[in-house]
Amino acid sequence: MVPANYYLALAAVLFSIGLAGVVVKRNMLVVFMCIELMLNAANLTFLAFSRQSGNLNGHAIAFFVMAVAAAEAAVGLAIVIAVFRTRGTLNVDEVTALKN
Amino acid sequence: MSDTAEMVVFWIFAVPLIAGAAGVIVARNPVNAAISLVVSFFFLAGIYILLTAHLLAFLQVLVYAGAIMVLFLFVIMLLTTKDEEYARGRVKLMQVGGAFGALGVLAVVVKAVSDLGPMPMRLVGPEFGTVKAVGRLLYTQYLLPFEATSLLLLVAIVGAVVVAKQRI
Repeated sequence: MVPANYYLALAAVLFSIGLAGVVVKRNMLVVFMCIELMLNAANLTFLAFSRQSGNLNGHAIAFFVMAVAAAEAAVGLAIVIAVFRTRGTLNVDEVTALKN
Repeated sequence: MSDTAEMVVFWIFAVPLIAGAAGVIVARNPVNAAISLVVSFFFLAGIYILLTAHLLAFLQVLVYAGAIMVLFLFVIMLLTTKDEEYARGRVKLMQVGGAFGALGVLAVVVKAVSDLGPMPMRLVGPEFGTVKAVGRLLYTQYLLPFEATSLLLLVAIVGAVVVAKQRI
């Protein structure tokens, strides 16, 4: 058996890559993709602990995370389209309507 | 499966998974980033199968690699932008700080995981993670959240149409 630590470390790496992408990338769509990466890292943690404790509840939670991620992607991409239509750019540095 | 064989399979899935995830933030073209993300989602489904989460692995391919990524690609194709202007922009102090912050988060979490000590997996029955077992759980103990999920998806669909449509 692969110990649960390996899966948790893998999830930590995935989450860190997603976090780095969110703060480093300037394209709004790529930022969204990195948020999906972070959600998947959380799912992997749930499933690893679920397997480690022999308890199926983690699978149900991961299912709900997937459903919420799907809803978030739909609404988020609609917002991206609306922003692109009004501003003509996807660069997060140039969308500063709420700054002042 | 023996321990060594399982470890080999784990690394076979884990290395391309990390490479695909890194490709998302390395790629300059958003289309390349999306393709890289699809690849990493497929390998993550393999990791799920190794964790005997068969239903979740199936849903991972179906929902993420199928539905969500098609949506992403569709929006990328719809909003054709000049991606060179993102690549050429100056690296800001905040970005460098953010990258180091992500490294710090990684260090803290890996330290916490290694401090836990070895966590051997429990032996589970053949039912664990199958469609039958997870489905039964979803329709008994998690019935109310499950129904709330359907409502959430409906609201998301209506909201997406309202936000993205110019005139209704």
